[in-house]
Amino acid sequence: MDSLTLESATSRPIPRPRSRLRHRLLRHPGARIGGVLIMIVVAGAALAPWFSAYDPIAIAPVDRLQGPSRAHPLGTDIYGRDTLTRVLHGGRISLAVGGLSVGLALAVGGTVGAVSGFFGGWLDAVVMRFADVLLAFPAILLAIGLLAFLGGGFWNVVLAIAIVYTAPLSRVARAAVLSIRHEEYVDAARVIGAADGRVLVRHILPNAVAPIIVEGTLRLALAILAEAALSFLGLGTQPPAPTWGQMIAEGRAVMTFTAWPALGPGMAITITVLGFNLLGDAIRDAFDPHAAGR
Amino acid sequence: MLHGRQNALKLAGVTFLGSYLTRRLALAVPTVFGVVLAVFLLIRLVPGDVVTQLVGLEATISPKRVDELRRLFGLDRPLPVQFAEYLGGVAQGDLGKSLRTGLPVGRELLRRFPVTIELAALGLLVALCVGVPVGVLAAVRRGRAADYLATGFVMVGLSIPSFWLAILLILFFALRLGVLPPTAYIAPRENLIGNLLHMILPALSVGFVLAAAITRIVRSSLLEVLNRHYVRTARAKGLAEGRVILHHAMRNALIPVVTVVGLQFGTLLGGTVIIEQIFSLPGVGRYALEGINLRDYPVIQGAVLAIALAFVLVNLIVDVCYGFLDPRIRYE
Repeated sequence: MDSLTLESATSRPIPRPRSRLRHRLLRHPGARIGGVLIMIVVAGAALAPWFSAYDPIAIAPVDRLQGPSRAHPLGTDIYGRDTLTRVLHGGRISLAVGGLSVGLALAVGGTVGAVSGFFGGWLDAVVMRFADVLLAFPAILLAIGLLAFLGGGFWNVVLAIAIVYTAPLSRVARAAVLSIRHEEYVDAARVIGAADGRVLVRHILPNAVAPIIVEGTLRLALAILAEAALSFLGLGTQPPAPTWGQMIAEGRAVMTFTAWPALGPGMAITITVLGFNLLGDAIRDAFDPHAAGR
Repeated sequence: MLHGRQNALKLAGVTFLGSYLTRRLALAVPTVFGVVLAVFLLIRLVPGDVVTQLVGLEATISPKRVDELRRLFGLDRPLPVQFAEYLGGVAQGDLGKSLRTGLPVGRELLRRFPVTIELAALGLLVALCVGVPVGVLAAVRRGRAADYLATGFVMVGLSIPSFWLAILLILFFALRLGVLPPTAYIAPRENLIGNLLHMILPALSVGFVLAAAITRIVRSSLLEVLNRHYVRTARAKGLAEGRVILHHAMRNALIPVVTVVGLQFGTLLGGTVIIEQIFSLPGVGRYALEGINLRDYPVIQGAVLAIALAFVLVNLIVDVCYGFLDPRIRYE
């Protein structure tokens, strides 16, 4: 190796791993399929009023419980509302609850976990005992318990799911920070006199971000499943706002007459969750190519 | 001489396992305490306070009765006193009384717990019976059609909501084909066959996610183990492939399965709450949901506490199994 190549290799060391990562991600079949599924769902939710001329809430008893037709591709519900329209609008609530709750859990759990892993000591011990207690509840049961006392509604669902996922995300962030806390480049930063905050934010977090992103993406899938389950039980965003879980509950009430009202929203949930699961796995593979395919 | 030494070694192993058990139990104590505290604090989340919420439901209630209710809930005393009282009650199995029926919550939970345990156990059975063979098949035929099918099953299984799956199963097997009975519950004491027939669909619904998770971990851990030297040795000495897989590879590949079962058992236990509701099974989860609909707060608290404590116990059992299966864990 001559000095010329050495120089050119060190002159631009940062963009290469990241573009390699993007390259791996774009070539990963799971990322492609998952990405397309998520794009379909997001576009459907964002552009719902443009995709469908029907009102998601106004009732039309004449059209009730129809099977699929050209006018209503997924049929109609017991109030004569177009199921496809309601599925598209329901996607807004699902994606919003998923994004907000996981975002909140990441912000709180990620910060707490990273700080507690970084400083250790009694703070770490207290935080982890607290996480143990939250993790001692089955996730959906804790959300149900919180909402049973808080009451349902959009923001309470966001809050409940965020509380439930704070503990697992804090564990992941803590483990990621612990695994690199004693790396040489961290010691080097300290030796040149960097303060704790700077070491954590500039040196540790950028290298601890992979498992946190992976966990966050997979939690998004779980949060959308949880939102659906909670609104299925009547604890979610309240009617007449359309949510997928509540639509399935309505479909269940009429399932001896027709299967259609329950089919559309269930497929929407499965497709969305599948998209985030595939993407999460693909990101994990892209960050850790040696484990891919296992 | 040799015999005595072996015994001593065995004894040392047992003591190590004993101290491992003690350590795990000691770790569970603060968790249980925290769970009881969390469930106790749930009632504080009610906007306003419990009594105003309850009174809001029934307009014809006198201020005197309101005060009486406050005292009944112990809301007139300081929080630590209330908690001490609650903790004492829980320790004695006294979880308060239903606000609607006046029946003790603890006794009702004991009556309903067997239903939930049966559902969870059958769900676990379904998950193992599907997940282990499919996972082995996928690993052995890596990269071929069976592997892709299994991977597809894993992804769908982890993505499909259990309550929707339950409805699809009812629609298909009970309403369309009519081969399985629709939703109802028969006590096993009355008619064991009928009970099991009625449990097939609920067990499938509740065990499906876990089946997918087990398939995935069996496949990946078997693939990892199949590259090891001792597997190569087993093949080199001429053992049949089936024997290599079963006796040499599987033993070690199954350890992570225990971990996954432990991690995912919460999903399974949480799933029973919803699945019981769909199939009208009179378990603890359904009791909790009935309590939610009636704002019967002691009932909700009791049911949530019971399921959470069951989950703590399961995790403890999983940890102990892990210690048995993998001796390295005991010395951590």
